[in-house]
Amino acid sequence: MTTTATPKPGTPAEVEGIAVTIDGVEVTVPKGTLIIRAAEQIGIQIPRFCDHPLLKPAGACRQCLVMVATPDREGNVREMPKPQASCTMEVSPGMVVSTQRTSEVADKAQHGVMELLLINHPLDCPVCDKGGECPLQNQAMSNGRTNSRFTDVKRTYPKPVKISTEILLDRDRCILCQRCTRFQAEIPGDPFIDLQGRGGGAPGGADHGMLPQQIGAYDEGVLGFAGIDGEVREAAETGQMVGPNGDPALLSGIAYTVGTAELDATGRPFASYFSGNTIQICPVGALTSATYRFRSRPFDLVSTESIAEHDASGSAIRIDHRRGVVLRRLAGDDPAVNEEWITDKDRFAFTWQALPDVIQTPLVRDEETGELVAASWSEAIALAARGLAQAADDGGVGVLPGGRLTLEDAYAWSKFARVVLGTNDVDFRARANSPEEAEFLGHAVAGVSMDVTFAGLESAPHVLLVGLEPEDEAGTIFLRLRKAVLAGRTSVSTLAPFATRGSTKVRAALVTTEPGAEATTLAAIAAGTGDHAELAESLRAEGAVILVGERLAQVPGGLTAVLELAKATGARLAWVPRRAGDRGAVEVGLLPGLLPGGRPVTDAEARVDVASAWGLDADAALPGEIGRDHAAILADAGSGELAGLLLGGIDIEDLPGAGESERAVREAGFVVQLEVRTSALSRYADVVLPVAPPTMKAGTFLNWEGRPRPFGQVFATSARSDAQVLDMLAEGMGVDLGTGSLEAVHRELSELAAWDGARQPAPAVEPSPAPVPSAGEHTVATWRLMLDAARGQDGEPYLAGTAHRPVVRVSPGTASSQGVADGDRLTVVGPLGSVTLPVLVTPMPDHVVWLPLHSPGSSLYRMLGVGSGGSVRLASAERATNGEVIR
Amino acid sequence: MSDETTPMPHERGGTDKQPASSDVAKPARGGQGIGEVKGVHAASLIPEPKNAVEALVAPVAGFGVTMATLFKPVVTEQYPREKAPVEPRYHGRHQLNRYPDGLEKCIGCELCAWACPADAIYVEGASNTPEAQYSPGERYGRVYQINYLRCIFCGLCIEACPTRALTMTNEFELADQTREKLIFTKDDLLAPLREGMLAAPHPMAEGTTDGSYYQGEVTGPTADEVEWVRRNRPDEPSLESATAAAKRGSARSEGSAGAAS
Ligand code: SF4
Ligand code: SF4
Ligand code: FES
Repeated sequence: MTTTATPKPGTPAEVEGIAVTIDGVEVTVPKGTLIIRAAEQIGIQIPRFCDHPLLKPAGACRQCLVMVATPDREGNVREMPKPQASCTMEVSPGMVVSTQRTSEVADKAQHGVMELLLINHPLDCPVCDKGGECPLQNQAMSNGRTNSRFTDVKRTYPKPVKISTEILLDRDRCILCQRCTRFQAEIPGDPFIDLQGRGGGAPGGADHGMLPQQIGAYDEGVLGFAGIDGEVREAAETGQMVGPNGDPALLSGIAYTVGTAELDATGRPFASYFSGNTIQICPVGALTSATYRFRSRPFDLVSTESIAEHDASGSAIRIDHRRGVVLRRLAGDDPAVNEEWITDKDRFAFTWQALPDVIQTPLVRDEETGELVAASWSEAIALAARGLAQAADDGGVGVLPGGRLTLEDAYAWSKFARVVLGTNDVDFRARANSPEEAEFLGHAVAGVSMDVTFAGLESAPHVLLVGLEPEDEAGTIFLRLRKAVLAGRTSVSTLAPFATRGSTKVRAALVTTEPGAEATTLAAIAAGTGDHAELAESLRAEGAVILVGERLAQVPGGLTAVLELAKATGARLAWVPRRAGDRGAVEVGLLPGLLPGGRPVTDAEARVDVASAWGLDADAALPGEIGRDHAAILADAGSGELAGLLLGGIDIEDLPGAGESERAVREAGFVVQLEVRTSALSRYADVVLPVAPPTMKAGTFLNWEGRPRPFGQVFATSARSDAQVLDMLAEGMGVDLGTGSLEAVHRELSELAAWDGARQPAPAVEPSPAPVPSAGEHTVATWRLMLDAARGQDGEPYLAGTAHRPVVRVSPGTASSQGVADGDRLTVVGPLGSVTLPVLVTPMPDHVVWLPLHSPGSSLYRMLGVGSGGSVRLASAERATNGEVIR
Repeated sequence: MSDETTPMPHERGGTDKQPASSDVAKPARGGQGIGEVKGVHAASLIPEPKNAVEALVAPVAGFGVTMATLFKPVVTEQYPREKAPVEPRYHGRHQLNRYPDGLEKCIGCELCAWACPADAIYVEGASNTPEAQYSPGERYGRVYQINYLRCIFCGLCIEACPTRALTMTNEFELADQTREKLIFTKDDLLAPLREGMLAAPHPMAEGTTDGSYYQGEVTGPTADEVEWVRRNRPDEPSLESATAAAKRGSARSEGSAGAAS
């Protein structure tokens, strides 16, 4: 909860201890400990609002006043004349502290502060979302007066103000503790709200030119910038909510003109990928979320500890549900992983698990109409088993499980492919990939756990990012890097075509690298020549880390080069995928050349090992040839060489050559799909078997560190996990897969854990020079933004409204040669079609254009037919109409 | 009951109606019956007659109360043929009240559900919107249910209600045959529109706040509210009486404004 604080674990032993007395109890704490923390250690709770253990002390609310006495020069302990804020004062030797429990003065001071805080606080509790879990309510009961002496009219504000589409601010509830603004400035570095004005303001309805002290957004309505037509916008009709006067809710703050504020690069007032955390740490109900507003009370909610499924960080979350409906998710507290912060996607994007397109019963193709119709489990399993057995005999079945599986489910897929279908044609990588990557994963990732950790990032002297944009692709890594950088321990450099806002916020040194040139740049760094000597030197420092994103697989020779760089410098290497299930899939061998635990399929000993764990007799039982990879499986299924496909959660938009892949699935012989929601591929499936979304099953995600992140089941339903469905399917095919329960899977996994034999050899692909676009062509740089057109975000319009707007970034040179400026629209033409987006001029190499991979209006694989490194032309620039800004 | 020989209250004087021996009264299943006291013979508990007179009237003494009651006024309720009146503050079925202009008083805060010791109340709040405003202010009760199989009519909920939306009526006939019928929903609980009220949703009266409603400053629908409903729901049945009420209201306020000047 917001008011409790735990001392940071792992305080270094050499820190000097200081003995202090608090309420007559002597306690020794490390030097530098705040009084409020020292009191916590002996179980004394001092009331507080602004204090937060992960934020810097501010002393903004004054609720934590205590009496402090310290020894003077002669050693006489003398009490300070006035109460002190215990959240900003560090202990000193011989200090004697009297809290509200022993000092009447402190108690009276706290009562006084509480009374002042409540003077202008509205009687909103019945309509306030915080009611029932409100530190102000609680502490007003424990440390406040029972009745109010204030008889005047309270100050009010028009409300609620929409700071973003997701976050609403009721300013009269705000106690100006500044936790929200301090969080935004200190932790993610997106100060999109700040404290404004001075003084107390006027009673409700009174009108004068003064701006009372309040929290506000950098929004034109509040700060009077971005006058599109010179007008400051006021309340906007939103059609979504009403304020207390029956007026429409305010889109932005009231129009006090203070000055102009920063815009974010896309021309909008700052939004933040981490803004939801402010709602959770606000000690009152001033910040609320549009999604959860008025939906329930804490006593209605049943909470389940869980793990977020949207990226590979494995952030701890808490899922609150009421009567079968998930109403909100909160950040869990896990100091080793996400501390107390999560991304907005992890917090708000949960509706996808309960949309109408979630499949409830198995579907089979009706023989007459050719439509998918609901069927019983026994019928569908029998049909699927018969078809798959036939296809396995006829030419084989390709297995494409996708990257969103839990460890247990992925294991069942891996075992099913090998034992039931007798094939190594299995590949989880539903995205751009390469054979080189498969070798890299087998060589350097599978079976290597907890080598680089979040703590390791925090203590690393240098971190090099390759093919990874942490703010978009792994938010928790971004927060950790920023924390480490601000603490002065760590420096960061990044191989990217331009300095993103994310890399600016971690003060990353940019090694400008156009898409495709990563391999050569990495080789140059390894050689330590010229410009790169300094970087090579910092990578040689003890504890330095190279974080490589899954995108590097698209660059031939890139992963080879990064392994060589790690070898040359001694830096530790970690692979950071985008999806929650990717790391686990590598671990259990969902790759054509890999068995569970990093065992190579080509290694006879490894096969014997796995076969004996699986209770198979001869090693001949497991295929020893490296199987087809993702692209080959699809191609051969389309051409009929493979007779069937077993599909997991795959979004066709994620595949390079989306159209071709879709055609391949359509042409494929017998197709069985295991999906949570019907997808574009369902219409080509012969049998669709529903599997449980994360809320309806328990399981484990392996995060990028290789750390197991187990989570519990939120809803008791009859929905079956992938592992259970595959177990039934195997039974239908006459094989006992033994993955029907988590216990069974865990037993087998622990048997298969340790492999000390030979690993897959390192990839050895010659770095190819970056493609040089011919005249008039440009090279595409692209990646996925955190908030984009992903299916995981479906059903959450408030969150979608906080996404960064899709833009096309061009260099100043390109902009002038095309005759465009910021805000004009530019059309990017690829082999399949075109994408038109507003321009954002960015310092970057001249022949490179950047646009988001899969955002609304910019789905490159389908719309352009190219991905990162592809060639495009720029066409038909369209001038922005006079004065238009990108909004 | 610590004293083994003390008869249970229901056994006292029961001798003339049924066999007195507790041995006989013991149920056939052999064990001791509930409320029975072991080893006491009820016959031994009847006091011996003291004199001749007592001995004479003893056989009919038990009818004394019956005889005396014959000549007193009858107190038997003729329910359900005649309904008995209840006290004015009797705790009967709940009601969700409205403001005089027809907006609902309930803000969906769930304090009633919180206060309920029997967990009989279920509420879900929601946001009012300019298109559909049910209560003054931002929040209204979208779902409201009381389960009368659970409700113990303690009245804690109506004390918890911050807007006096929830009160109790004197209606006590709450028996029915199915579980579903005894879960009353918002439709069942909402007070009927009184003469002049305009059915929600409609906007708040112009220039008022939720506070004005609470303080009783809104006394009926305004012309603007009526107009809004006429535009958005021309078939609204409550329009007619609300129109008349709005006219009366504006005439009154003009009158008072005139008087003030
Ligand atoms: S912030 Fe807390 S005290 Fe203030 S209205 Fe909300 S619940 Fe009540
Ligand atoms: S909005 Fe909440 S967190 Fe921010 S200053 Fe106000 S009370 Fe503190
Ligand atoms: S908690 Fe110490 S001043 Fe706010």
